[in-house]
Amino acid sequence: MSIKVTGLTYVYMKGTPFEKIALDNIDLSIETGEFVGIIGHTGSGKSTLVQHFNGLLKPTSGSVYINGEKLEGKRARELKRQVGIVFQYPEHQLFEETVYKDIAFGLIKRGEEENEIDKKVRKTVRMVGLSEDILDKSPFELSGGQKRRVAMAGILVLEPSILVLDEPAAGLDPRGRDEIFELISNLHKSNKMTVVLVSHSMEDVAKYVERVVVMNKGRIEMCGPVRSVFNKIDELERIGLAAPQITYLMKRLKEKIPEINDNILTVGEAKAELEKYIRKA
Amino acid sequence: MIKDITLGQYFPGDSLIHRADPRVKIILTLVIMTNIFLIDSYLAFAVFAGFIAMAVFIGKIPFAYTLKGLKPIMPIIVFTALVNIFTNPGILLAGYGPVRITYEGIDTAAKMSLRLVLLIMSSSIMTLTTTPISLTDGLERILSPLKHLKVPVHEFSMMMTVALRFIPTLLEETDKIMKAQASRGADFETGNMFERAKSFIPVLIPLFVSAFRRADDLALAMEHAAIEVEREEQG
Repeated sequence: MSIKVTGLTYVYMKGTPFEKIALDNIDLSIETGEFVGIIGHTGSGKSTLVQHFNGLLKPTSGSVYINGEKLEGKRARELKRQVGIVFQYPEHQLFEETVYKDIAFGLIKRGEEENEIDKKVRKTVRMVGLSEDILDKSPFELSGGQKRRVAMAGILVLEPSILVLDEPAAGLDPRGRDEIFELISNLHKSNKMTVVLVSHSMEDVAKYVERVVVMNKGRIEMCGPVRSVFNKIDELERIGLAAPQITYLMKRLKEKIPEINDNILTVGEAKAELEKYIRKA
Repeated sequence: MIKDITLGQYFPGDSLIHRADPRVKIILTLVIMTNIFLIDSYLAFAVFAGFIAMAVFIGKIPFAYTLKGLKPIMPIIVFTALVNIFTNPGILLAGYGPVRITYEGIDTAAKMSLRLVLLIMSSSIMTLTTTPISLTDGLERILSPLKHLKVPVHEFSMMMTVALRFIPTLLEETDKIMKAQASRGADFETGNMFERAKSFIPVLIPLFVSAFRRADDLALAMEHAAIEVEREEQG
């Protein structure tokens, strides 16, 4: 499933003194099976942009297409279902008595059959790396990491073909962070899901996504493969962003050791590059 | 989704009314409101309406904004007017069987509606031109003499400030939770009244949980900032 956005403008509180242009004439297309990262400052419009993907916000002007079909009218309901958005701190939306009921919420709303629901809930719980024992517990007695997985399961159980995640690892410890990204990465690779990751963390974006969209003040500032975007450090810094820390380290190292490659985005790449250098030396 | 709610409906500006001491505005509003209850001639209503219109003009508030406050209580106004038209005894103007429209009925209904409209408008002008925080500040200063009678005025105004401070936060939170639940299939717009009320359970429970969490955090932070000290010294 692909997403295409053309001439999208969104104005908050239109017609009041608090009026603010959140998105200014955005053109963007995300292809089927892509893993795209959206980065930008707080207030740059990234969250506003993704909320248009499943019709939570309606464009002030411009249009959104899901798989080539315009997101409006009769088909809108069907198209919206293809896009699952996991919000920041999704565990704050848990409310049911048991984990099972919470995950099944969306399916029950859709009016699916009971044994079908049961099958899907159990499959999804395993998919997010939890055991089925957890299903009868109250979501409020779980640990932070578990809650987040349950909340994500609540979206994944609806089997969206496009998954949008807004800061999925915020507030998790380093291990929980790795596990969540492992899960997302898996969904992308084995389930062929189109994934859109909204994040502040340059490290996470550099490590997992294929293409980056850089947003600034409601406009798309840059857009391209991760490597080429993070290579333009000056431009990123001008709008208050940065490259991953390891990239800076490698650039400093290159000043001393000119023969190494400084176009490095992750610690893993850096390690390989340095080992190669040491072996040669 | 809920962006249309304008609680603490401050309308930014720099007019004479905006800059006036909140105490003046509170007392003046109270005086006007009491008077609106006392007056009983159309001339007096016209004078007050003129006064309020002048305040709107000086405060540079868009007229549509002042009317917005009337919208939610419109049903009450219409209901009061209807009850008054049909239930007042007096000179018969028109009637069919037990349904009687009298001159006195129309007169009372008109005055009652005017009274309600003017009441709302006069209080709207105060809230439109004063930030909630300066309102509570003003209230605290007006009531401060009561401190001598051991009335915990400061604590009350602190409670009000905190409550006001959290209205936008909770609204934002509600908006976020509604969006999150809508993303997984919740529907807040269709169904009968009962179904729609029920569809808010997935919003209300998380909202309560988060309100308690916030209250807890805030209480802890306030204790650390030694905000309780004052009371301990007194007691």
